[in-house]
Amino acid sequence: MTDDQLENRSDRFDRLPATAEQRRVPERATRADVLAWWDERFGVDPATFEGYTFWERGAGKVWAFAGEADSPVAIEGLGMVFLRTRREHWKPTLEAVQRFGGRASRNVVELSRPEAATFLAGEDQTLDWDGDWGYLVVTHELAGESEPLGVALYVHGELRSQVPKGRRRDLR
Amino acid sequence: MEPPDRYRDLVDDFGAFRAACERPLPSVVRVNTIKTTVERAREALADEGTDVEPTWHDHLFALPEDQPGSNWPYVHGWLHGQEAVSAVPAEVLAPEPGERVWDACAAPGSKTTQLGALMDDRGTLVATDTNLGRLSALRSNAERLGVTNVAVTHEDARNHSLKPFDGEPYDRALVDAPCSCEGTIRKNPDAFDDWTLEHVEGVAGVGKGVLRRAVQATRPGGTVVYSTCTFAPEENEAVLDYVLGAEPCETVAFDLPLEHVPGVTEWRDETYDRSVRRAKRIYPHHNDTGGFFCAKLRVTDE
Ligand SMILES: C[S@@+](CC[C@H](N)C(=O)[O-])C[C@H]1O[C@@H](n2cnc3c(N)ncnc32)[C@H](O)[C@@H]1O
Repeated sequence: MTDDQLENRSDRFDRLPATAEQRRVPERATRADVLAWWDERFGVDPATFEGYTFWERGAGKVWAFAGEADSPVAIEGLGMVFLRTRREHWKPTLEAVQRFGGRASRNVVELSRPEAATFLAGEDQTLDWDGDWGYLVVTHELAGESEPLGVALYVHGELRSQVPKGRRRDLR
Repeated sequence: MEPPDRYRDLVDDFGAFRAACERPLPSVVRVNTIKTTVERAREALADEGTDVEPTWHDHLFALPEDQPGSNWPYVHGWLHGQEAVSAVPAEVLAPEPGERVWDACAAPGSKTTQLGALMDDRGTLVATDTNLGRLSALRSNAERLGVTNVAVTHEDARNHSLKPFDGEPYDRALVDAPCSCEGTIRKNPDAFDDWTLEHVEGVAGVGKGVLRRAVQATRPGGTVVYSTCTFAPEENEAVLDYVLGAEPCETVAFDLPLEHVPGVTEWRDETYDRSVRRAKRIYPHHNDTGGFFCAKLRVTDE
Protein backbone atom coordinates (compact mmCIF):
# COMPACT_ATOMS: atom_id res chain seq x y z
CA MET A 1 0.00 0.00 0.00
CA THR A 2 1.54 3.29 -1.11
CA ASP A 3 0.75 6.63 0.47
CA ASP A 4 -1.37 7.85 -2.38
CA GLN A 5 -3.78 5.00 -1.79
CA LEU A 6 -4.65 6.60 1.53
CA GLU A 7 -6.64 9.45 0.06
CA ASN A 8 -9.42 9.83 -2.42
CA ARG A 9 -8.34 11.14 -5.82
CA SER A 10 -10.46 12.59 -8.55
CA ASP A 11 -8.33 11.27 -11.41
CA ARG A 12 -8.72 7.58 -10.81
CA PHE A 13 -11.03 4.87 -9.53
CA ASP A 14 -10.43 3.07 -6.26
CA ARG A 15 -12.42 -0.02 -5.40
CA LEU A 16 -14.53 0.33 -2.27
CA PRO A 17 -13.23 -1.74 0.64
CA ALA A 18 -15.38 -4.74 1.46
CA THR A 19 -15.88 -3.74 5.09
CA ALA A 20 -14.91 -1.02 7.58
CA GLU A 21 -11.92 -3.09 8.81
CA GLN A 22 -10.38 -2.88 5.36
CA ARG A 23 -11.01 0.82 4.94
CA ARG A 24 -7.89 3.00 4.46
CA VAL A 25 -9.46 6.21 3.21
CA PRO A 26 -11.51 7.86 5.96
CA GLU A 27 -15.16 8.52 5.04
CA ARG A 28 -15.07 6.16 2.09
CA ALA A 29 -18.20 4.03 1.92
CA THR A 30 -17.67 0.28 2.04
CA ARG A 31 -19.24 -2.34 -0.18
CA ALA A 32 -21.17 -3.61 2.83
CA ASP A 33 -22.55 -0.08 3.46
CA VAL A 34 -23.70 0.24 -0.16
CA LEU A 35 -25.47 -3.11 -0.17
CA ALA A 36 -27.08 -2.38 3.18
CA TRP A 37 -28.24 1.05 2.01
CA TRP A 38 -30.06 -0.23 -1.10
CA ASP A 39 -31.59 -2.97 0.98
CA GLU A 40 -32.73 -0.73 3.85
CA ARG A 41 -33.85 2.26 1.82
CA PHE A 42 -35.48 0.53 -1.16
CA GLY A 43 -35.63 -3.16 -0.33
CA VAL A 44 -33.29 -4.04 -3.20
CA ASP A 45 -31.88 -7.50 -2.54
CA PRO A 46 -28.06 -7.40 -2.10
CA ALA A 47 -27.86 -10.40 -4.48
CA THR A 48 -28.78 -7.94 -7.27
CA PHE A 49 -25.22 -6.61 -7.09
CA GLU A 50 -23.35 -9.90 -6.85
CA GLY A 51 -21.65 -9.45 -10.23
CA TYR A 52 -20.73 -5.82 -9.49
CA THR A 53 -17.76 -4.06 -8.02
CA PHE A 54 -18.13 -0.56 -6.54
CA TRP A 55 -15.60 2.22 -7.05
CA GLU A 56 -15.09 5.79 -5.90
CA ARG A 57 -13.71 8.56 -8.07
CA GLY A 58 -14.21 12.05 -6.72
CA ALA A 59 -15.30 12.33 -3.11
CA GLY A 60 -18.53 10.45 -2.56
CA LYS A 61 -19.17 9.57 -6.20
CA VAL A 62 -19.68 5.81 -6.31
CA TRP A 63 -19.68 3.85 -9.59
CA ALA A 64 -21.03 0.34 -10.22
CA PHE A 65 -19.10 -1.79 -12.72
CA ALA A 66 -20.00 -5.24 -14.04
CA GLY A 67 -16.63 -5.94 -15.71
CA GLU A 68 -13.09 -6.65 -14.48
CA ALA A 69 -10.42 -4.04 -13.72
CA ASP A 70 -7.52 -3.71 -11.30
CA SER A 71 -7.68 -1.11 -8.51
CA PRO A 72 -6.69 1.68 -8.64
CA VAL A 73 -7.32 2.51 -12.27
CA ALA A 74 -6.84 5.92 -13.89
CA ILE A 75 -9.39 5.94 -16.71
CA GLU A 76 -12.40 8.01 -17.80
CA GLY A 77 -15.28 5.82 -16.78
CA LEU A 78 -16.11 2.54 -15.08
CA GLY A 79 -19.68 1.35 -15.41
CA MET A 80 -22.18 3.96 -14.26
CA VAL A 81 -22.31 6.64 -11.59
CA PHE A 82 -24.58 4.96 -9.14
CA LEU A 83 -24.73 6.67 -5.79
CA ARG A 84 -23.59 9.83 -3.99
CA THR A 85 -22.35 9.22 -0.46
CA ARG A 86 -20.60 11.48 2.06
CA ARG A 87 -23.63 13.63 2.62
CA GLU A 88 -26.05 13.05 5.43
CA HIS A 89 -28.49 11.38 3.04
CA TRP A 90 -27.15 9.18 0.31
CA LYS A 91 -28.67 9.71 -3.09
CA PRO A 92 -28.92 7.27 -6.01
CA THR A 93 -28.55 8.56 -9.57
CA LEU A 94 -31.42 8.59 -12.04
CA GLU A 95 -29.53 6.08 -14.17
CA ALA A 96 -29.03 3.69 -11.25
CA VAL A 97 -32.72 3.89 -10.40
CA GLN A 98 -33.73 3.23 -14.00
CA ARG A 99 -31.38 0.24 -14.12
CA PHE A 100 -31.96 -1.30 -10.68
CA GLY A 101 -35.01 0.49 -9.24
CA GLY A 102 -37.40 -2.06 -10.74
CA ARG A 103 -36.34 -4.29 -7.85
CA ALA A 104 -37.25 -1.73 -5.20
CA SER A 105 -40.09 -2.68 -2.85
CA ARG A 106 -40.26 0.34 -0.53
CA ASN A 107 -40.02 4.10 -0.82
CA VAL A 108 -41.38 3.79 -4.33
CA VAL A 109 -43.98 6.29 -5.53
CA GLU A 110 -46.07 5.50 -8.61
CA LEU A 111 -47.11 8.61 -10.55
CA SER A 112 -49.86 9.14 -13.07
CA ARG A 113 -48.79 10.12 -16.59
CA PRO A 114 -49.36 13.89 -16.03
CA GLU A 115 -47.49 13.75 -12.69
CA ALA A 116 -44.64 11.83 -14.32
CA ALA A 117 -44.43 14.49 -17.04
CA THR A 118 -44.20 17.27 -14.44
CA PHE A 119 -41.48 15.31 -12.64
CA LEU A 120 -39.54 14.72 -15.89
CA ALA A 121 -39.68 18.43 -16.69
CA GLY A 122 -37.77 19.01 -13.44
CA GLU A 123 -40.70 20.63 -11.60
CA ASP A 124 -41.81 20.12 -8.02
CA GLN A 125 -45.42 19.16 -7.18
CA THR A 126 -47.56 18.67 -4.11
CA LEU A 127 -48.36 15.05 -3.47
CA ASP A 128 -50.07 12.99 -0.81
CA TRP A 129 -47.60 10.44 0.45
CA ASP A 130 -47.77 8.86 3.87
CA GLY A 131 -44.46 7.03 3.65
CA ASP A 132 -40.97 8.16 4.60
CA TRP A 133 -39.56 11.53 3.74
CA GLY A 134 -36.33 11.55 1.76
CA TYR A 135 -35.28 10.11 -1.59
CA LEU A 136 -37.88 8.04 -3.39
CA VAL A 137 -37.87 5.91 -6.52
CA VAL A 138 -40.38 7.39 -8.95
CA THR A 139 -42.21 4.96 -11.24
CA HIS A 140 -45.00 5.23 -13.76
CA GLU A 141 -46.71 2.89 -16.17
CA LEU A 142 -45.09 2.28 -19.53
CA ALA A 143 -46.19 -0.40 -22.00
CA GLY A 144 -48.45 -1.97 -19.40
CA GLU A 145 -45.96 -2.24 -16.54
CA SER A 146 -44.63 -0.02 -13.80
CA GLU A 147 -41.17 1.30 -14.81
CA PRO A 148 -38.64 3.22 -12.69
CA LEU A 149 -38.14 6.73 -14.07
CA GLY A 150 -35.94 8.62 -11.61
CA VAL A 151 -35.34 9.98 -8.14
CA ALA A 152 -37.42 12.49 -6.18
CA LEU A 153 -36.96 14.09 -2.78
CA TYR A 154 -40.15 14.04 -0.70
CA VAL A 155 -40.37 16.73 2.01
CA HIS A 156 -43.19 18.88 3.48
CA GLY A 157 -45.90 17.43 1.26
CA GLU A 158 -43.90 18.17 -1.85
CA LEU A 159 -42.34 15.82 -4.40
CA ARG A 160 -39.16 17.56 -5.57
CA SER A 161 -37.86 16.39 -8.90
CA GLN A 162 -34.17 15.43 -8.86
CA VAL A 163 -33.95 14.87 -12.61
CA PRO A 164 -30.58 16.36 -13.64
CA LYS A 165 -30.80 19.25 -16.12
CA GLY A 166 -29.40 17.23 -19.01
CA ARG A 167 -32.07 14.52 -18.61
CA ARG A 168 -35.10 16.81 -18.29
CA ARG A 169 -37.68 16.73 -21.08
CA ASP A 170 -41.03 18.39 -21.50
CA LEU A 171 -43.43 15.72 -22.73
CA ARG A 172 -46.58 17.52 -21.48
CA MET B 1 -11.35 13.42 -59.07
CA GLU B 2 -13.70 13.87 -56.12
CA PRO B 3 -16.68 11.95 -54.81
CA PRO B 4 -19.18 10.94 -55.98
CA ASP B 5 -17.67 10.90 -59.53
CA ARG B 6 -14.54 9.26 -58.20
CA TYR B 7 -16.58 6.08 -57.65
CA ARG B 8 -18.31 5.94 -61.05
CA ASP B 9 -16.45 2.78 -62.05
CA LEU B 10 -16.77 1.06 -58.66
CA VAL B 11 -20.51 1.35 -58.21
CA ASP B 12 -22.87 -1.05 -59.99
CA ASP B 13 -25.64 1.47 -60.73
CA PHE B 14 -24.05 4.89 -60.51
CA GLY B 15 -27.28 6.77 -61.33
CA ALA B 16 -29.16 5.10 -58.47
CA PHE B 17 -26.16 5.63 -56.18
CA ARG B 18 -26.06 9.34 -56.97
CA ALA B 19 -29.79 9.79 -56.56
CA ALA B 20 -29.78 7.95 -53.20
CA CYS B 21 -26.94 10.18 -51.95
CA GLU B 22 -29.23 13.16 -52.44
CA ARG B 23 -32.21 11.78 -50.50
CA PRO B 24 -32.54 12.32 -46.74
CA LEU B 25 -32.09 9.26 -44.55
CA PRO B 26 -34.98 7.39 -42.96
CA SER B 27 -34.93 7.77 -39.18
CA VAL B 28 -34.14 4.55 -37.32
CA VAL B 29 -33.92 3.62 -33.63
CA ARG B 30 -32.35 0.61 -31.98
CA VAL B 31 -34.16 -1.09 -29.12
CA ASN B 32 -31.94 -1.34 -26.05
CA THR B 33 -32.46 -4.89 -24.82
CA ILE B 34 -30.60 -4.15 -21.56
CA LYS B 35 -33.68 -2.24 -20.42
CA THR B 36 -36.62 -3.64 -22.33
CA THR B 37 -37.81 -6.04 -25.01
CA VAL B 38 -38.55 -5.42 -28.66
CA GLU B 39 -42.24 -6.05 -27.97
CA ARG B 40 -42.53 -3.58 -25.10
CA ALA B 41 -40.60 -0.91 -27.01
CA ARG B 42 -42.96 -1.34 -29.96
CA GLU B 43 -45.95 -1.12 -27.63
CA ALA B 44 -44.63 2.01 -25.87
CA LEU B 45 -44.16 3.73 -29.23
CA ALA B 46 -47.59 2.61 -30.43
CA ASP B 47 -49.12 4.09 -27.24
CA GLU B 48 -47.65 7.43 -28.32
CA GLY B 49 -49.21 7.04 -31.76
CA THR B 50 -45.96 6.02 -33.45
CA ASP B 51 -46.21 2.96 -35.65
CA VAL B 52 -42.83 1.62 -36.63
CA GLU B 53 -41.73 -0.19 -39.77
CA PRO B 54 -39.46 -3.25 -39.79
CA THR B 55 -35.86 -3.03 -41.01
CA TRP B 56 -33.13 -5.60 -41.72
CA HIS B 57 -32.85 -6.35 -38.00
CA ASP B 58 -35.66 -6.93 -35.51
CA HIS B 59 -33.97 -4.65 -32.95
CA LEU B 60 -34.10 -1.71 -35.38
CA PHE B 61 -37.31 0.22 -36.03
CA ALA B 62 -37.81 2.69 -38.86
CA LEU B 63 -39.85 5.64 -37.61
CA PRO B 64 -42.34 7.67 -39.61
CA GLU B 65 -41.16 11.10 -40.73
CA ASP B 66 -41.47 14.19 -38.48
CA GLN B 67 -41.04 12.31 -35.22
CA PRO B 68 -40.70 14.44 -32.10
CA GLY B 69 -37.15 14.39 -30.74
CA SER B 70 -38.11 12.74 -27.49
CA ASN B 71 -40.71 10.33 -26.11
CA TRP B 72 -41.28 8.16 -23.04
CA PRO B 73 -39.44 5.03 -24.18
CA TYR B 74 -36.45 7.20 -25.17
CA VAL B 75 -36.43 8.83 -21.73
CA HIS B 76 -36.32 5.38 -20.12
CA GLY B 77 -33.29 4.40 -22.19
CA TRP B 78 -35.27 1.87 -24.21
CA LEU B 79 -34.29 3.41 -27.56
CA HIS B 80 -31.18 4.81 -29.18
CA GLY B 81 -31.19 6.68 -32.50
CA GLN B 82 -28.85 4.72 -34.74
CA GLU B 83 -28.64 4.52 -38.50
CA ALA B 84 -29.56 1.13 -39.98
CA VAL B 85 -26.07 0.39 -41.37
CA SER B 86 -24.35 1.61 -38.24
CA ALA B 87 -25.76 -1.45 -36.49
CA VAL B 88 -23.91 -3.81 -38.86
CA PRO B 89 -20.40 -4.10 -37.33
CA ALA B 90 -21.51 -4.98 -33.78
CA GLU B 91 -23.75 -7.72 -35.22
CA VAL B 92 -20.84 -9.03 -37.28
CA LEU B 93 -18.54 -8.96 -34.24
CA ALA B 94 -21.27 -10.83 -32.28
CA PRO B 95 -19.74 -10.67 -28.79
CA GLU B 96 -21.04 -13.10 -26.17
CA PRO B 97 -21.97 -12.37 -22.55
CA GLY B 98 -18.91 -12.65 -20.29
CA GLU B 99 -16.29 -12.00 -22.98
CA ARG B 100 -13.58 -9.32 -23.06
CA VAL B 101 -14.25 -6.90 -25.87
CA TRP B 102 -12.52 -3.72 -27.08
CA ASP B 103 -14.21 -0.91 -28.97
CA ALA B 104 -11.15 0.99 -30.23
CA CYS B 105 -12.75 4.12 -31.76
CA ALA B 106 -15.82 4.21 -29.63
CA ALA B 107 -17.25 7.70 -29.18
CA PRO B 108 -20.09 8.69 -29.02
CA GLY B 109 -20.91 5.09 -28.25
CA SER B 110 -23.70 3.94 -30.59
CA LYS B 111 -21.82 0.74 -31.24
CA THR B 112 -20.39 0.48 -27.70
CA THR B 113 -23.88 0.45 -26.24
CA GLN B 114 -25.02 -2.04 -28.88
CA LEU B 115 -22.05 -4.29 -27.98
CA GLY B 116 -23.01 -3.95 -24.31
CA ALA B 117 -26.54 -5.11 -25.13
CA LEU B 118 -25.27 -8.05 -27.22
CA MET B 119 -23.10 -9.02 -24.22
CA ASP B 120 -26.20 -8.81 -22.02
CA ASP B 121 -24.20 -6.23 -20.04
CA ARG B 122 -21.85 -8.96 -18.76
CA GLY B 123 -18.11 -9.38 -19.28
CA THR B 124 -15.72 -6.47 -19.86
CA LEU B 125 -16.22 -3.94 -22.63
CA VAL B 126 -13.42 -1.40 -23.00
CA ALA B 127 -14.30 1.74 -24.99
CA THR B 128 -11.45 3.96 -26.20
CA ASP B 129 -11.33 7.29 -28.00
CA THR B 130 -8.95 10.23 -28.40
CA ASN B 131 -11.64 12.88 -28.20
CA LEU B 132 -12.64 13.83 -24.64
CA GLY B 133 -15.78 15.73 -25.63
CA ARG B 134 -17.04 12.76 -27.61
CA LEU B 135 -16.12 10.46 -24.71
CA SER B 136 -18.35 12.45 -22.42
CA ALA B 137 -21.21 11.91 -24.90
CA LEU B 138 -20.34 8.21 -24.85
CA ARG B 139 -20.57 8.09 -21.07
CA SER B 140 -23.88 9.88 -21.10
CA ASN B 141 -25.27 7.46 -23.72
CA ALA B 142 -23.97 4.43 -21.82
CA GLU B 143 -25.56 5.63 -18.57
CA ARG B 144 -28.88 6.48 -20.22
CA LEU B 145 -28.96 3.02 -21.78
CA GLY B 146 -27.95 1.36 -18.50
CA VAL B 147 -24.71 -0.21 -19.75
CA THR B 148 -22.66 -1.12 -16.67
CA ASN B 149 -19.93 -3.36 -18.12
CA VAL B 150 -18.10 -0.60 -19.99
CA ALA B 151 -14.71 0.85 -18.99
CA VAL B 152 -13.87 4.08 -20.81
CA THR B 153 -10.29 5.01 -21.69
CA HIS B 154 -8.94 8.23 -23.21
CA GLU B 155 -5.95 7.31 -25.33
CA ASP B 156 -4.71 6.86 -28.86
CA ALA B 157 -5.93 3.38 -29.74
CA ARG B 158 -2.67 2.77 -31.61
CA ASN B 159 -0.93 2.70 -28.20
CA HIS B 160 -3.76 1.07 -26.25
CA SER B 161 -2.62 -0.42 -22.96
CA LEU B 162 -4.05 -3.67 -21.62
CA LYS B 163 -2.51 -3.00 -18.23
CA PRO B 164 -5.60 -1.84 -16.33
CA PHE B 165 -7.42 -4.96 -17.51
CA ASP B 166 -5.18 -7.76 -16.21
CA GLY B 167 -2.94 -7.48 -19.31
CA GLU B 168 -5.05 -10.21 -20.91
CA PRO B 169 -5.85 -10.07 -24.64
CA TYR B 170 -9.39 -9.53 -25.88
CA ASP B 171 -11.75 -12.11 -27.32
CA ARG B 172 -13.02 -9.57 -29.84
CA ALA B 173 -12.29 -6.06 -31.00
CA LEU B 174 -14.12 -3.52 -33.12
CA VAL B 175 -12.32 -0.85 -35.12
CA ASP B 176 -14.95 1.61 -36.32
CA ALA B 177 -12.25 3.80 -37.78
CA PRO B 178 -12.17 7.56 -38.16
CA CYS B 179 -12.78 8.17 -41.87
CA SER B 180 -13.71 10.70 -44.52
CA CYS B 181 -17.40 9.87 -43.88
CA GLU B 182 -18.43 9.93 -47.54
CA GLY B 183 -21.17 7.44 -46.70
CA THR B 184 -22.88 9.92 -44.37
CA ILE B 185 -23.69 12.27 -47.28
CA ARG B 186 -27.44 11.74 -46.78
CA LYS B 187 -27.21 12.97 -43.20
CA ASN B 188 -24.45 15.56 -43.79
CA PRO B 189 -25.04 17.07 -47.23
CA ASP B 190 -21.67 18.81 -47.12
CA ALA B 191 -19.74 15.57 -46.55
CA PHE B 192 -18.20 15.79 -50.06
CA ASP B 193 -17.38 19.52 -49.88
CA ASP B 194 -14.33 19.32 -47.64
CA TRP B 195 -13.04 16.19 -49.34
CA THR B 196 -9.29 16.04 -50.03
CA LEU B 197 -7.07 13.13 -50.95
CA GLU B 198 -4.61 14.18 -48.22
CA HIS B 199 -7.33 13.78 -45.61
CA VAL B 200 -8.31 10.38 -47.00
CA GLU B 201 -4.71 9.24 -46.84
CA GLY B 202 -4.21 10.71 -43.38
CA VAL B 203 -7.18 8.96 -41.78
CA ALA B 204 -6.31 5.74 -43.64
CA GLY B 205 -2.95 5.88 -41.85
CA VAL B 206 -4.69 6.11 -38.48
CA GLY B 207 -6.99 3.23 -39.46
CA LYS B 208 -3.97 1.06 -40.28
CA GLY B 209 -2.35 1.78 -36.93
CA VAL B 210 -5.52 1.14 -34.93
CA LEU B 211 -6.36 -2.08 -36.79
CA ARG B 212 -2.82 -3.38 -36.23
CA ARG B 213 -3.12 -2.69 -32.51
CA ALA B 214 -6.54 -4.38 -32.42
CA VAL B 215 -5.10 -7.55 -33.98
CA GLN B 216 -2.18 -7.50 -31.53
CA ALA B 217 -4.49 -7.03 -28.54
CA THR B 218 -6.81 -9.89 -29.53
CA ARG B 219 -6.08 -13.54 -28.72
CA PRO B 220 -5.36 -16.04 -31.52
CA GLY B 221 -8.72 -17.37 -32.68
CA GLY B 222 -10.38 -14.11 -31.65
CA THR B 223 -12.34 -11.85 -33.99
CA VAL B 224 -11.64 -8.30 -35.15
CA VAL B 225 -14.14 -6.27 -37.18
CA TYR B 226 -13.07 -3.26 -39.21
CA SER B 227 -15.67 -0.77 -40.41
CA THR B 228 -15.95 2.72 -41.88
CA CYS B 229 -18.75 4.86 -43.21
CA THR B 230 -16.85 5.73 -46.35
CA PHE B 231 -16.40 4.51 -49.92
CA ALA B 232 -12.70 5.31 -50.55
CA PRO B 233 -10.77 2.04 -51.06
CA GLU B 234 -7.72 3.84 -49.59
CA GLU B 235 -9.53 3.78 -46.21
CA ASN B 236 -11.04 0.32 -46.62
CA GLU B 237 -9.47 -2.46 -48.68
CA ALA B 238 -6.03 -0.79 -48.63
CA VAL B 239 -6.11 -0.78 -44.81
CA LEU B 240 -7.03 -4.47 -44.75
CA ASP B 241 -4.35 -5.30 -47.33
CA TYR B 242 -1.72 -3.58 -45.20
CA VAL B 243 -2.73 -5.26 -41.92
CA LEU B 244 -3.06 -8.71 -43.54
CA GLY B 245 0.60 -8.32 -44.49
CA ALA B 246 1.77 -6.89 -41.18
CA GLU B 247 -0.06 -8.93 -38.50
CA PRO B 248 -1.15 -12.58 -38.04
CA CYS B 249 -4.73 -12.48 -39.27
CA GLU B 250 -7.01 -13.50 -42.13
CA THR B 251 -10.32 -12.30 -43.51
CA VAL B 252 -13.42 -14.35 -42.75
CA ALA B 253 -16.57 -14.68 -44.88
CA PHE B 254 -19.83 -13.74 -43.14
CA ASP B 255 -23.51 -13.49 -43.90
CA LEU B 256 -25.38 -10.22 -43.88
CA PRO B 257 -29.09 -9.90 -44.65
CA LEU B 258 -28.57 -6.59 -46.46
CA GLU B 259 -27.82 -6.02 -50.11
CA HIS B 260 -24.09 -5.38 -50.62
CA VAL B 261 -21.16 -6.01 -52.96
CA PRO B 262 -17.76 -7.56 -52.17
CA GLY B 263 -14.63 -5.59 -51.36
CA VAL B 264 -12.61 -4.45 -54.38
CA THR B 265 -9.19 -5.85 -55.27
CA GLU B 266 -8.17 -3.15 -57.75
CA TRP B 267 -8.32 0.59 -57.40
CA ARG B 268 -6.45 3.10 -59.54
CA ASP B 269 -2.98 1.60 -59.86
CA GLU B 270 -3.19 -0.50 -56.69
CA THR B 271 -4.09 -4.17 -56.31
CA TYR B 272 -5.07 -5.68 -53.00
CA ASP B 273 -4.93 -9.17 -51.48
CA ARG B 274 -7.73 -11.19 -53.08
CA SER B 275 -9.19 -12.11 -49.72
CA VAL B 276 -10.40 -8.51 -49.19
CA ARG B 277 -13.31 -9.59 -51.40
CA ARG B 278 -14.76 -11.12 -48.21
CA ALA B 279 -15.37 -7.59 -46.92
CA LYS B 280 -18.70 -5.97 -47.73
CA ARG B 281 -19.48 -2.63 -49.34
CA ILE B 282 -22.95 -1.26 -48.76
CA TYR B 283 -24.02 1.60 -51.03
CA PRO B 284 -26.86 4.00 -50.16
CA HIS B 285 -29.10 2.80 -53.01
CA HIS B 286 -28.81 -0.86 -51.98
CA ASN B 287 -31.02 -0.73 -48.89
CA ASP B 288 -31.99 2.96 -48.59
CA THR B 289 -29.35 3.54 -45.89
CA GLY B 290 -26.06 5.38 -45.53
CA GLY B 291 -22.91 3.99 -47.13
CA PHE B 292 -20.78 1.51 -45.20
CA PHE B 293 -17.83 -0.84 -45.31
CA CYS B 294 -17.35 -3.84 -43.01
CA ALA B 295 -14.74 -6.61 -42.82
CA LYS B 296 -14.35 -9.51 -40.40
CA LEU B 297 -10.91 -10.84 -39.47
CA ARG B 298 -9.75 -13.83 -37.48
CA VAL B 299 -6.54 -13.53 -35.49
CA THR B 300 -4.23 -16.47 -36.29
CA ASP B 301 -1.21 -17.93 -34.50
CA GLU B 302 2.05 -16.11 -35.33
C1 LIG C 1 -16.50 6.75 -36.84
S1 LIG C 1 -16.20 7.54 -35.31
C2 LIG C 1 -16.73 6.32 -34.14
C3 LIG C 1 -18.23 6.18 -33.96
C4 LIG C 1 -18.59 5.23 -32.83
N1 LIG C 1 -17.97 3.92 -33.04
C5 LIG C 1 -20.08 5.07 -32.66
O1 LIG C 1 -20.63 4.08 -33.14
O2 LIG C 1 -20.72 5.90 -31.99
C6 LIG C 1 -14.44 7.47 -35.14
C7 LIG C 1 -13.89 7.89 -33.79
O3 LIG C 1 -12.48 7.64 -33.77
C8 LIG C 1 -11.89 8.56 -32.90
N2 LIG C 1 -10.43 8.52 -33.16
C9 LIG C 1 -9.71 9.17 -34.10
N3 LIG C 1 -8.41 8.82 -34.02
C10 LIG C 1 -8.31 7.92 -33.02
C11 LIG C 1 -7.22 7.19 -32.44
N4 LIG C 1 -5.98 7.32 -32.90
N5 LIG C 1 -7.47 6.37 -31.39
C12 LIG C 1 -8.76 6.22 -30.92
N6 LIG C 1 -9.80 6.88 -31.44
C13 LIG C 1 -9.59 7.72 -32.47
C14 LIG C 1 -12.61 9.85 -33.22
O4 LIG C 1 -12.51 10.76 -32.14
C15 LIG C 1 -14.04 9.35 -33.45
O5 LIG C 1 -14.80 9.47 -32.26
